[in-house]
Amino acid sequence: MAEAVQIRNLVKRFDSPDSPGQSVFAVRNASLEVAPGELVTLLGPSGCGKTTLLRMIAGFEEPTSGDILFGDRRMNDVAPNRRDAAMVFQSYAIFPHLSVYENVVFGLRLKKMPADEIQKRAERVMAITGLTHMANRSPNQLSGGQQQRVALARAIIMEPRVLLFDEPLSNLDAKLRDQMRVEIRELQQRLGITTLYVTHDQIEAMSISDRIVVMNGGVIEQIGTPREIYARPATRFVAEFIGKANFLKAIVLDGETIDVGGVKVRYVNQRQPGEQLTLVLRPEAIALSPDAGDFRATVKRAMFLGNIAEYLLEIEGVGEWLVDSPNPGESGLFQPGTRIYASPSKAALHAVE
Amino acid sequence: MLATARSQIRVLARDPILLALIAIIFAAILLFVVYPLIMVFIASLQDRGQWTLANYALIGERRLYRNALWNSLSVGALVGLIGVLIGYVAAFVLTRLNVPGKRLLHYLMIVPIISPPFVSAVSIVFLFGNNGLVTRQLLGLQDFSIYGFHGVVWSQIFTFAPIAYLSLRGVLASISPTLEDAALNIGASRWQVFWKVTFPLSLPGVASAFLVVFIESMADFGNPLVLAGAAFPMLAPQAYLEITGSFNLARGAMLSVILLLPSITAFTIQRYWIAKRQYVTVTGKPTASTSKVVSTPVKALLYASVLLFALIVLMFYAVIFIGAFTKVWGFDYTLTLDHFFYVFNVGLDTVKDTLIIALITTPVSGIFGMLVAFLVVRRVFPGRSALEFGSILSFAVPGTVVGIGYVLAFNQPPLLLTGTLTILVLCFVFRYVPVGIQSGIAVLRQIDPAIEEAAQNLGASALTTFRKVTLPLIAPAFFSALVYAFVRAMTAISAAIFLVSANWNLMTVQILNQVGSGRLGVAAAFSVVVIALVLVAVIIINAIVTRMTRHMTMVKF
Repeated sequence: MAEAVQIRNLVKRFDSPDSPGQSVFAVRNASLEVAPGELVTLLGPSGCGKTTLLRMIAGFEEPTSGDILFGDRRMNDVAPNRRDAAMVFQSYAIFPHLSVYENVVFGLRLKKMPADEIQKRAERVMAITGLTHMANRSPNQLSGGQQQRVALARAIIMEPRVLLFDEPLSNLDAKLRDQMRVEIRELQQRLGITTLYVTHDQIEAMSISDRIVVMNGGVIEQIGTPREIYARPATRFVAEFIGKANFLKAIVLDGETIDVGGVKVRYVNQRQPGEQLTLVLRPEAIALSPDAGDFRATVKRAMFLGNIAEYLLEIEGVGEWLVDSPNPGESGLFQPGTRIYASPSKAALHAVE
Repeated sequence: MLATARSQIRVLARDPILLALIAIIFAAILLFVVYPLIMVFIASLQDRGQWTLANYALIGERRLYRNALWNSLSVGALVGLIGVLIGYVAAFVLTRLNVPGKRLLHYLMIVPIISPPFVSAVSIVFLFGNNGLVTRQLLGLQDFSIYGFHGVVWSQIFTFAPIAYLSLRGVLASISPTLEDAALNIGASRWQVFWKVTFPLSLPGVASAFLVVFIESMADFGNPLVLAGAAFPMLAPQAYLEITGSFNLARGAMLSVILLLPSITAFTIQRYWIAKRQYVTVTGKPTASTSKVVSTPVKALLYASVLLFALIVLMFYAVIFIGAFTKVWGFDYTLTLDHFFYVFNVGLDTVKDTLIIALITTPVSGIFGMLVAFLVVRRVFPGRSALEFGSILSFAVPGTVVGIGYVLAFNQPPLLLTGTLTILVLCFVFRYVPVGIQSGIAVLRQIDPAIEEAAQNLGASALTTFRKVTLPLIAPAFFSALVYAFVRAMTAISAAIFLVSANWNLMTVQILNQVGSGRLGVAAAFSVVVIALVLVAVIIINAIVTRMTRHMTMVKF
C-alpha cells in the first residue's frame, strides 16, 4: 500500500495579521519527493513552516500554489477526510467522550467496515501499541504516553497510504520520548508506511529518519540523510541547527590549499585562488595536543561532561572554537589559561554557502 | 479580499453538504430575521401605498405616542438603575461574603428568569390591585391604584433584577479578591478599597448589566399590559393595541421602529464597546479569599437586603400558588380546584399547543445554535462575521417588533404562514437561538481544534464530525441552549401574541386574556402549570446532561 508523496513548488501565503494587504509566506516554493515506505522528517525551528507544510499534505491548509501528489494522484482538491493520510497530532486530539477502543476504531467504523473485521484489526493494532488491557478505559484515565499510543493506534489501524506526525513526542518527558521514538521507528519500518514526521528536535530527527528536510523561514534549506545533513550541511543555518559547529573564514590559495588566519590548511577544491570561503568544522573533529599541531591556542574554558570534555579555545589570529575531546578521564583536562595546539581533521572541513 | 473569498469557497466546495448548509443558514437568517425587520421599516414608512414620513410625524403631534416613548424610556432607565443596584448587592453578597444559605438564595434570585414574565405582575395585582389583599383587605384603602408608573416599575424590578444579578455575578467573580487584599495591605481604608479598586474594576460590567436590563425593560410586554393601565401608555403595548385594536399596521410598525432604536443602540454599545473593556483579573487557579472590604454592620445590612428581595420573590410565587387554589380572590378565599379544572378542560388545547410548540422549538433551536456556533468558530467562509451578527441580532430586537414583522412578512403567498404552527416555531427558534449560539461559541473556543481535525483526518465529513465529535463535546452548552429554548418557548409572549390563532394558542396568551377579563384565579392556575412544566423539563434535561457528561472530565468547561 505504500505510496510515494510528491510536493511540487508548494507555496502558502497568509495575509499578514499586522499590516493588512501585506502577506507572509509560511512556505515558499517547497519541492520534495518521498519514496514509498520512506520516513522523512521535516525539521526546523518553530515558525519555519514545517507544520504548515504537513497540514497542507493532510488537507487542513489550502496551498496558495503548487501541487501535492500521492502516487500519481493530485491531492490539492481532495477533502481532508478523503486523503487517506492518517495523522498523529501534537496534542494527540483523543476524543475525550469515547473509550480507548472507540477512539481506535473510530475511522474504521466511519468506513462501515464489517464489525468482525474491525474487531480483528483493532486487536492486532492494540497489541502492537500495548493498549490491549486499556480498551475500555476513558482517555482521561490515561497517562501522556498511553494517550500518545492511542493516537498512534488510531492512525495506523487505518492502514493509510501516508502517515503524518506533527511533533508527536513534544508533550512527553525525556525518557518516554526516547522510548516512543524507537517504537515509532520500528513500527513504521515493520508496516512500511510512507511517513512524514514534523519535529524541532534534531536528535529525534537524526535517530528515526531515512532522510531529513531542514526548513527555515518557509524555505527548504537542505534535504538529505542524517549523515549527509550532519557531515555536509548545505548552509550555515543547517550546520548551526544540527549539532554544534565552528565557522572558519578562509581564502583559497590554490586547488589544494587554503589560508585560515595565516595558517595553510590542505583543502581540495575547484575554486579560484583568492576566493573567500566559510568552512564548517565540527567540535569533535579537532585534535588537541600540548606540544604540536596546526593552530596555536589558549584554553578559555574547560568543562568535564563525562564522556567528553568541552573546551572553548581562543585560536591565535582566527577566533574562538568549540572543541569536544573524547575520553577526557584518561589524560586529564587542559586547565584554562593553558597554551596548547589544535589540529582540524582535514576530511571534516566542509564549505557552506 | 475577493481572491480570499474565492479560495475559501473553493475549499468549501470540497464538502458540498457543508456549502449547502451554510447557504441554507444564510438564507434562513435573511428570511426569518432580517426580512421581517425590513418589512416593519417599510410598513412604517407607508400610508395607503404611498411613501411618507407622516407616521413618524405623529410622535410630535400626538401626546399619546409622545408619552408612550417617554414612559418606556424612563421606566427602562429607572428599572435599569434599580435592577443593577439590587443585582450588584446580591452578586456581591453571594460571591464575596461569607454568609449562610448562599446556594438557596442564588436559586431564589434566578427563579424569575425561568418563569412566565408576568408572574410578578399578576402577584402585584393580587396583593395591591383594586381588590388586593394588602391594599383593600389589610389596609382598607379605597382610592389606591397600583396601575401606572409605580406598578410597572415594581413589577419589572422583580422580573429583571435577576438578569443584572446573573451578569454581575460573573463580573464580580472574575475580580480577584487578592487585589482587595493588596489594597488593604498598602494602607487603603475599606471604603477606599471599594471605590478605588472593586467598583472601578466592575464598572464595565455594571454598565453592561444596565444596558441589558434597559433592553429587556423596553421590550417587556406582559408587565405593562397588566399594570400600565390606560393612563400610562408604553411603546410595546401601544404598538400591539394599534394593530389589534385599531387595525392600523402602519402606526404599529412606526411605534415598533421607535421601540427598536433605543434597544439596538444599547445593544451595540453593550456588545462592541463595553464588552471589550471588561477586566478579568482572575487567571488560573481561583484564590479562596472572601472579601474583607465590608465591616460587620454593613455586611448584615447587605445580607438583609438580599434576604428581603428573595423573600418577596418567594412571596410572589406563594401568592400565585395560593391564588390558583382560591375561589374568588378578594371576596371568597375558600380553597378550590375549579381553576385547574378550567385549565385542563377549556384550556387543555392551549396546554397541548404550548407543549407541542415548545417541544418542537427546543431541539431545533438547540441543534441550529450549535451548528451555527460550530461554523462560526471552526470554518472559514466569506460573510462569517455577518452570519454571527445576523444570528444574534434578534436578541436585541424587542419581541413586539419581531411579532409585527412576522405578521407583515408572512401573511401572503408564497409565504403564507400566519395562523400556523410553523410561524410560531420559526419565530421562537430564531428569537431564542442567539443564547445557544453564544454559549456554543464560548465552549467551542476552549476545545482543541485538533480533535475535530483528527475526526476529519480519519475520514469523517464535516457533518459527521459535527455529529460524532463536536456535539458530544459541547453537550453542556447544547443542553443549556435546550433549557433556554424550552423555557422561553413556554413563557414567551411579546412576539407570540401577534402570531397565535384559534388553532394554535399559548398558555402565556391565555394568562394575559384571563387577567384582562378579571379571572385572576384561572390566570394563576395557568401560571402554576407553566412553572411546573418548566421545572419538570429543566430537571429532565439536567439529568440527561449529567448522564451524558459523566466521563468527560478531561474536557473542562
